[in-house]
Amino acid sequence: MSPQAAMYQVNKYPGLNLGPGHGQDDEAAATVMFGFWVFLMSDAILFGMVFATYVTSLHGTAGGPGPHDLYDIKSIFIETMLLLASSFTFGMASLALKYKHGRIRLVSWMVVTLVLGIGFLGFELHDFSSMFAHGGVPSRSGFLSAFFDLVPLHGLHVTAGCIWLICLLGQIGRYGLDLKTKLGIMRLALFWHFLDIVWIAIFSVVYLGGLT
Amino acid sequence: MSGQAHNTDSQAETGQQERKELRAYGWGIGLALLLTVVPFGLVQWMAMPRFTLLIVIGAFALVQMLVHFRCFLHIGLRQKREDLQLILFSALLLTIMVAGTIWIMASLATRMAMPGSP
Amino acid sequence: MSIAALFDHPLGRLQWSSLPFWDMLQHPTKGNIINGVIATGAASLVVVGAIALVLVLTRYKLWRPLWSDWVTSPDHKKIGIMYIVIALVMLARALIEAVLMRAQQAFGLGGGFLSPDHFAQLFSTHGTIMIFFMAMPFLTGVINYVMPLQIGARDVSFPVLNSISLGLTAAGAALVMVSLVIGKFSTGGWFGYPPYTEANFSPGVGPDYWIWALSLAGLGATLTGINFAVTIYRERAPGMTLMRMPLFTWTALCTAIIMIFAMPPLTVATAQLALDRYLGFHYFTNDLGGNMMNFANLFWLFGHPEVYILILPAFGVYSETISTFSGKALFGYRSLVMATMVIALLSFTVWLHHFFTMGQDANINAVFGIASMLIGIPTGVKIYDWMWTMFRGRVRLTVPMIYALGFIVLFVLGGMSGILLANPTIDYQVHNTVFLVAHFHNVAVPGVLFGMLSAYHFWFPKAFGFRLNERWGMISALCWIFGFIGAFFPLYALGLMGLPRRTVAYTEARYVPLEWVAFLGALLILAALLALLWQLWVSIRDRDGNRVFVGDPWAGRSLEWSTSAPPPEYNYAVIPVVEDRDTFTRAKEQGRAYQRPDTYVDIELPGNSAMGPAIAAIGFALAFGLVWHIWWLVILAFLAAIASMIVRGFARDTTRIVSAQQVRQEHHRWIDAVAAATAVSRADECKSVNVGLALQEADGVVP
Repeated sequence: MSPQAAMYQVNKYPGLNLGPGHGQDDEAAATVMFGFWVFLMSDAILFGMVFATYVTSLHGTAGGPGPHDLYDIKSIFIETMLLLASSFTFGMASLALKYKHGRIRLVSWMVVTLVLGIGFLGFELHDFSSMFAHGGVPSRSGFLSAFFDLVPLHGLHVTAGCIWLICLLGQIGRYGLDLKTKLGIMRLALFWHFLDIVWIAIFSVVYLGGLT
Repeated sequence: MSGQAHNTDSQAETGQQERKELRAYGWGIGLALLLTVVPFGLVQWMAMPRFTLLIVIGAFALVQMLVHFRCFLHIGLRQKREDLQLILFSALLLTIMVAGTIWIMASLATRMAMPGSP
Repeated sequence: MSIAALFDHPLGRLQWSSLPFWDMLQHPTKGNIINGVIATGAASLVVVGAIALVLVLTRYKLWRPLWSDWVTSPDHKKIGIMYIVIALVMLARALIEAVLMRAQQAFGLGGGFLSPDHFAQLFSTHGTIMIFFMAMPFLTGVINYVMPLQIGARDVSFPVLNSISLGLTAAGAALVMVSLVIGKFSTGGWFGYPPYTEANFSPGVGPDYWIWALSLAGLGATLTGINFAVTIYRERAPGMTLMRMPLFTWTALCTAIIMIFAMPPLTVATAQLALDRYLGFHYFTNDLGGNMMNFANLFWLFGHPEVYILILPAFGVYSETISTFSGKALFGYRSLVMATMVIALLSFTVWLHHFFTMGQDANINAVFGIASMLIGIPTGVKIYDWMWTMFRGRVRLTVPMIYALGFIVLFVLGGMSGILLANPTIDYQVHNTVFLVAHFHNVAVPGVLFGMLSAYHFWFPKAFGFRLNERWGMISALCWIFGFIGAFFPLYALGLMGLPRRTVAYTEARYVPLEWVAFLGALLILAALLALLWQLWVSIRDRDGNRVFVGDPWAGRSLEWSTSAPPPEYNYAVIPVVEDRDTFTRAKEQGRAYQRPDTYVDIELPGNSAMGPAIAAIGFALAFGLVWHIWWLVILAFLAAIASMIVRGFARDTTRIVSAQQVRQEHHRWIDAVAAATAVSRADECKSVNVGLALQEADGVVP
């Protein structure tokens, strides 16, 4: 076997993959994963436009509360750590799937990820409610409208990811690790890591940028 | 492609591959932690003037995104290129759209003397 | 809000006054009666049409075939046809509205017969429909039908997603149709600028209809774009390298890429406007830090690439028809591919030319003006390539070719006026006049619409197995071309004379003669539409004399002509191997076409799925509930949407098998028909002797 063929055997398609150990399923994953990447890039543009709205609305506080009055850096730091940790644990789940370490290990990592995701959402909701308490409601100003477009949009994505994860756990329970479940886990992995990348932009631009 | 004869071979290869990937995740989380903690710390204790701080935060964010792409999403330069091309193309369009928007809207804000314009 | 409160107003804002004849009955003034009669007539057409459809389906027991053969089918060919049906229905409505508008303006000296609000609704629905529910479904339908066949695939990559996209588009179209009967559509134009469309100034349901119709269509288009791009990347037949793809597939790829990246700004813009209207946010309001200029920016970030979503597939169609009906390989294939890619990229760098006059720095205007002019270069390359393709070719003046020729002449003029408008200093003079209306119709009608009609005539025999009537097609094409000239060239002059766009009435008597010319042109276009419908009827009536089961009526050049007409549901009994560009022409020259393979294998196809119609129904219910503030319906539909996706996730065994035995049988039946057919020369291609087998004639230029 030529070195090129060997490399091709390891990675049939770029990025996260199911690996040659899964034979026919790996082939099927190639198209689905590429399709999901394309979807994520479309989603990235969506986020980009919302970011642009946020940046151009920074001065539209209309005398209402601004970043310094509303953002709580400790809470943001905790959220960041939770999401980062969940990205890592999902990575472990991906490895457990790829190298066939059995269902228990896979499911455990997925459950840990889910708990971290829900924890993130809990802290985020707490943030929002304390912002509301300080008069930071979206109808107060253009700036707050833009904030409540951007950050909850990410939160909604994480919520969707959590629901999806629960459904996948259900599918594992019902059908075991068949092709469709595997493809679901693989795509959710991309989605989860992608959301973490969007969060980097959020905590840097919105929170850290706002608090300088 | 490989028949029964290659099985033991590929098993050893697989183990090696797995350790490599595990290391990638390890590096990923380590670097990401560092790249997160530093800007948070800088903001918390206000170590420098605002503009410099913004540049530093931006730079750390960009590097951390690259780390995530490399270590968590396994996007590399040496494999088949189609998704790298996709990401780079998307990044180009995103830059055009976001930078263009900010450029246009900032100019409008200045010329229309809107509140808070520079 | 308690659960009981949801039912305080079970029909939300719906009231008797939402019906189109209410004003007329309550306040029977002359103006109200005229507007009421027109609106009620239109509403009755929708209602009567719907009832007639239900009756026909019931009378001929067609509900079951409609369900199992069409709406739940994941077959890209059927989905494509359904898209085109939507497009044609919507074309008829929007065209009638256009004629009404021209009539109003012809009588518009000092008044006319329509109320300003009614007129505003007409131009808003006309624009919205023509862009989102005529042009988009039409091109999506053509790509859906043709592209997988051209690349030698069995279907698109995600067939059920394809059906869902269709469902979303259909739901959006239905919403626009319903707005004729219940309530009023937006009066804010097809781009719905705030603050006019904000709740303060337009408290009614109009802008909500507009927002949700666009959201549904936009989501559908995003998913379609993803599907097409992945299909072209991953499902090509062996040997079909990128540079061997037919040009139509290339343009489909570029269009798909633009769809993926240009739809999100629209989604953001409409979602933010909805948040403003429903929840009191302040993105685009006048007060509290809102900035309506953000909307213009976001909308055109989508709006300009959208123009190229529309035009690129038409360019692809012309490339195919001109090459086929000139009997020559496309001149400058490589340059056409490059030009297409350059246009796709540049389309993202010019959006500001839609609002040169908004007040930004002159340097910004200059940058975007220059970028806009640059697009003229690759487009010019294409025009020359098509002309060189015809040069010394054996040009046959069939209907698709007439459209192509009309396109080349008229589109160059439209492009020229575009270059004029790309200059900010000129744009300042004529902006918001009908000069602009003339310009974009001059590129949209001869460009997009003629392209789609050319495609319709070109591929119809492939899709249905019989040719369209040539005589009525010719009459229709000529009516389109001359009607277009009559309807829009006067607008250039009127624009320079200072007539603002979207004016219901005017006081300058010197506008009247040209307005009348434009009105007559519009009537000619209406005649063209009627001729088109009549042609369809005549062709269906005479179908047995025009069958082309063998599948190659035009001496086609690409793969889709190498299978039967209509093709089997799996497209190809054996996936073809591609060795060249214009692969079917080469195969015919070398005697490799129409082969009988030794073995056949089972073919796996996606099974039917109710996801498409389910999402259509849910999407429509959700949007309708949102428009009328029927909150319980909104909540139900939202939960149903989530539930349907979860249920779909748990579905297994979603494929079915076509046995090798059946494939063999069908393929042999076709090959036998090929063997029995007499090949016809190009001189006879429009006569009934043409059963779809082309006589082998030397390819290439006339000596």
